Amino acid sequence: MLRRFHHTQPDSFEFSEENLKWAREQIAKYPEGRQVSAIIPLLWRAQEQEGWLTKPATEYVANMLGMARIRAYEVATFYFMFQLQPIGSIAHIQVCGTTSCMICGAEDLISVCKERIASIPHQLSPCERFSWEEVECLGACANAPMIQIGKDYYEDLSRESFESLLDDLFANRKPIPGSRKGRFSSEPQTGVKCLAEYENGKAKFSPAVSLARIEGDQ
Amino acid sequence: MSDLRKIIIDGIETEALGDMTLIQVCEQMGIEIPRFCYHERLSIAGNCRMCLVEIVGGPPKPAASCAMQVKDLRPGPEGAPPEIRTRSDMARQAREGVMEFLLINHPLDCPICDQGGECDLQDQAVAYGMDFSRYREAKRAIDDLDLGPLVETHMTRCISCTRCVRFTTEVAGITQMGQSGRGEDAEIISYLNQTLHSNMQGNIIDLCPVGALTSKPYAFTARSWELEKVESIDVMDALGSNIRVDSKGRRVMRILPRNHDGVNEEWISDKTRFVWDGLTNQRLDRPFIRVDGKLVACSWDQALDEAGSLLKSEQVTSIAGDLASVEAVYALGQLTDSLKGKKECRVNNVDLPIGNRSGYVGTSRIEDIDSAGRILMVGTNPGVEAPVLNARIRASWLAGSHVELVGEAVDLTYGYKHHGTDLLSWQKLAKNLENVDLADTLIILGQGALHESLDNSALGIAMNLADRGAGLLILHTAAARVGAMDLGFATEGGMDQALDGAGVIYNLGVDEIDIPSGPKVIYQGSHGDRGAHRADIILPAAAYTEEAGIFVNTEGRPQLASKATFPVGEAKENWAIVRALSGKLGMPLEYNSQIQLRLKLAKEFPHLMEIDMVRQNELQPIETEQAGNAELKNVINDFYLTNPIARASAVMAELSYLTRSRDGEFNEAA
Repeated sequence: MLRRFHHTQPDSFEFSEENLKWAREQIAKYPEGRQVSAIIPLLWRAQEQEGWLTKPATEYVANMLGMARIRAYEVATFYFMFQLQPIGSIAHIQVCGTTSCMICGAEDLISVCKERIASIPHQLSPCERFSWEEVECLGACANAPMIQIGKDYYEDLSRESFESLLDDLFANRKPIPGSRKGRFSSEPQTGVKCLAEYENGKAKFSPAVSLARIEGDQ
Repeated sequence: MSDLRKIIIDGIETEALGDMTLIQVCEQMGIEIPRFCYHERLSIAGNCRMCLVEIVGGPPKPAASCAMQVKDLRPGPEGAPPEIRTRSDMARQAREGVMEFLLINHPLDCPICDQGGECDLQDQAVAYGMDFSRYREAKRAIDDLDLGPLVETHMTRCISCTRCVRFTTEVAGITQMGQSGRGEDAEIISYLNQTLHSNMQGNIIDLCPVGALTSKPYAFTARSWELEKVESIDVMDALGSNIRVDSKGRRVMRILPRNHDGVNEEWISDKTRFVWDGLTNQRLDRPFIRVDGKLVACSWDQALDEAGSLLKSEQVTSIAGDLASVEAVYALGQLTDSLKGKKECRVNNVDLPIGNRSGYVGTSRIEDIDSAGRILMVGTNPGVEAPVLNARIRASWLAGSHVELVGEAVDLTYGYKHHGTDLLSWQKLAKNLENVDLADTLIILGQGALHESLDNSALGIAMNLADRGAGLLILHTAAARVGAMDLGFATEGGMDQALDGAGVIYNLGVDEIDIPSGPKVIYQGSHGDRGAHRADIILPAAAYTEEAGIFVNTEGRPQLASKATFPVGEAKENWAIVRALSGKLGMPLEYNSQIQLRLKLAKEFPHLMEIDMVRQNELQPIETEQAGNAELKNVINDFYLTNPIARASAVMAELSYLTRSRDGEFNEAA
């Protein structure tokens, strides 16, 4: 995929106060003269702040690290996780399309994305609130097929459960991450086969899911 | 401590330093390893994979020999030396595979490619590739870049070796080129489509192993195998870069660098490389005489007769310009002596001490820059006075040496400590060094620090430091200057003294100054520039590619330039014109060929015949009186237009315009 700066760019970028403090801490981790090593965490944080990686943001980070702009641009275009174009304001859906997920129905999920969001990846939906892309393996093969939104995994999806997940999102409701088949994590669907003695007293949800539930309550 | 290790390559045991790479060891042994990304003078990238070799007993895959050091190899059983094979089946198959991958996206356009015939990919595909292609899919294509008026791009041909990126970043010191994307979408780009801002950019044309970067001015004009190749010396600056002049018939088609570790490594500046179109424009191709205020073409006989009678009747002053060879200056000097005239080569009012070689050449060599720990530059901007030397200083800076500058603060592509712009700052800096060991200090004194108004005080300070162990290198801007000074072509008191009372001025290619009105002027030179406009008699002469000659570079190294083409029209070789004129005057010089001239020269100035040797000059400190404070002004304003050949070149004019508009010169006027 050809990766370039997006044709329309904001005028400027600056780290928020909190992010700036964080960035300085990251830079301080590296020995004197090796500050440019902080390029990836800083670009990543800039992307989190804006949603996508803008040209001013890349140049801002390059200046901050005292490196040539072209070097920052090389890094930004190399890694697919840097979004070089605007993404949906509510959700950017990353559908895993690698072997396990593909076999278990990732292609269905992608066709749903094409129908309901945009016909091609990295394009904004008409309402500009959603976008999608196919990504390489996200490491949740036992719970295939799955998608990632932000830092949350939504697993064991089917066409139907994915549609209802999208319905929630379209209606501004926050869906709960985790398995759609009620699994705790990646144990067999029919229940655990080993280490059964630890089942008693176990939390009902995995830490990621329970955290999301608590946050959802607030 | 030497770290010599035994290693077996293709069954032959040899010894090599532990930190040499395998490709270097193979090179030393005369074993050819194909490569694209590896280049001796650039950092190691290891991304083309063409240099794969088999390591016996190593991992079951071939290793990139450019990125693996001898010390990385494990010894064999029983402590036997490690063994590598460069011609085994594994190595051969690996190279065939790599070549197949490289050719997947490489267009089959060799017949219309300028690189054809001198293309690394072409050669290596024949030598190491397969004999057919299994690839049936569509090929990738990439948009071309606009890198400016010098480098033409055909990015579809690019094999992503990144030599150009590494050269511009490491040697030229600009940060415009890079490689974006990854995998099949990796492309060489310039940041936001900027053009290259460097006066060394032409070197990426040589570095590019394929036809992705080619020369724009030379594009589609010749094939490499039809060119006559002559090894010569450059005269665009005083560095004396080693060049190869390629010509077709009577025309110079292009100029390429030759390797010389002591002078230009293997780079040349853009002025050196692209000045050749100036060799065909504005040429003086027949003699002229001024009649009633207008220059009229005439025959050689007429011109020489006229010049002879002028020289006989008036007080003569001869001045030698920036591009004159040692032979021409020598002949002119002898002629002037026999006419009891005055002579001068320091035409830009630079006060070089006559007869004191340590004062006008210095005591160090260019190579000393590499090992210097501290480099002090005074009144110079090597970035435009000698860009290749500047790249060397940059390399030294990258390796950790400290650079300090007294004079105009300019962008040199590396960091330096700036000490002010006047003589006083230099004095203060020298004073601060009073108790410092100067053994690894090198002083580079530019022409800006040698102006007459400074009364040699900057040089005096430098020589005092040199007396305490520092090296001294005088950076000249004119290729002819050191040679002319060696010949004693100078008058005590400088230009003013030399021109005082002159009735006729014999001008050997001086185009950088205005000659005062009054005396008659005989101009001998190659181009219709400022000198010719002021002339009363014009004797057309060969340019530097059209005659053999000795040039002494800024470190005092005499080098032989050769004749690549014949002079245009009726123009003659410089020394021969002076010789012919001496015959007309009835006082013929004692040589009828250049060989005879050189034999005489060798007797009188033996060191000028020590070709490619740098003589160690005995330091003769000069007594200077403390002059008042003065600003040190650099001598070159426009890098691209420093001599008549460059001023006749359309390419140089365009570059000059682009540079000046980038600096905002034309905005201010508007």
